[in-house]
Amino acid sequence: MLLRDVAAVALGAAVTGASFGAISVGSGLPWWMPVLMSLVIFAGGSQFMAVGIVAAGGSPAAAVLAGLVLNARHLPFGLAIGDVLGKSPLARIVGSHLLIDESTAFAMAQKDPARARAAYWACGVALFFSWNTGVLVGALVGQAIGDPMTFGLDAAFPAALLALTLPALKDAATRNAALVGAAIALATTPFLPAGVPVLLALAGLFAFRTTKKKEEPCPSQQS
Amino acid sequence: MPVTAVLILAAGTFAIRFAGPLLRDRVTLPERVRELMSASATVLLLALVAVSALTNGKQFGGWALAAGVAVGGLAAWRKLPFVAVIVLAAVTTAGLRFAGVA
Repeated sequence: MLLRDVAAVALGAAVTGASFGAISVGSGLPWWMPVLMSLVIFAGGSQFMAVGIVAAGGSPAAAVLAGLVLNARHLPFGLAIGDVLGKSPLARIVGSHLLIDESTAFAMAQKDPARARAAYWACGVALFFSWNTGVLVGALVGQAIGDPMTFGLDAAFPAALLALTLPALKDAATRNAALVGAAIALATTPFLPAGVPVLLALAGLFAFRTTKKKEEPCPSQQS
Repeated sequence: MPVTAVLILAAGTFAIRFAGPLLRDRVTLPERVRELMSASATVLLLALVAVSALTNGKQFGGWALAAGVAVGGLAAWRKLPFVAVIVLAAVTTAGLRFAGVA
């Protein structure tokens, strides 16, 4: 049962990875760059983010900063499930690299500690291989296809990010903060260097109110 | 995307991941901080979506681009597979450009 769930998630990661590889190559990076990123960073959202900022003309510094802020959410994950990795230094080092949204979710879904550990490692290892394989295939295919594919590729990138973000937007407080942030980013884009407006969007967190009130319909987004 | 930037992002990300299990016995993050960290990820991602869907980095990016992303977003909202989202977005934008829409 667990293995079937892991296999389904791993398949999804492979497809997302292939998209990342193809989109990165389409944005002008050499094929090995998305492959290297996926091996050493292994955090899809921040990889999309970094490539997107640089592709839009932003500085690598802004890309790194945005990626790190994005990955800061892994800190509470690690605090929550730390024991699952195992106690030996090697297990902690390797296990830390496999700390992603999915492996955390799988581990936390198990009540028994031994099963939680098995779930964490199964999911982490499976996703590491499927994600990186997917990225490699996507990068090579993207390179082979070349220009024709890049024609609408600037739309594929934000669409992919939007698909990744959509589930988190169900939460009203998060959605409000994200909409305010997006408006700030759009409004400042004409005046600031690329990459900076996205970071400024974090000011939208001032609109982040978790007081439970009843769900409002999603307000329309205006710049 | 310089290799140095990739390595810095990788090292920083690993430090964040490693810190959790390491500090587990000594640190408890306030609920509010955890929520903010989680929300900030979504805020950044949606901001990047907005900027890359509606602008070319300086000004309005054109209707073909915006429409393609909108179609992709609709597909994601209707829970279509990830590949379908991406292909629909790219094909829409490419098709509109082919038809002469900027």
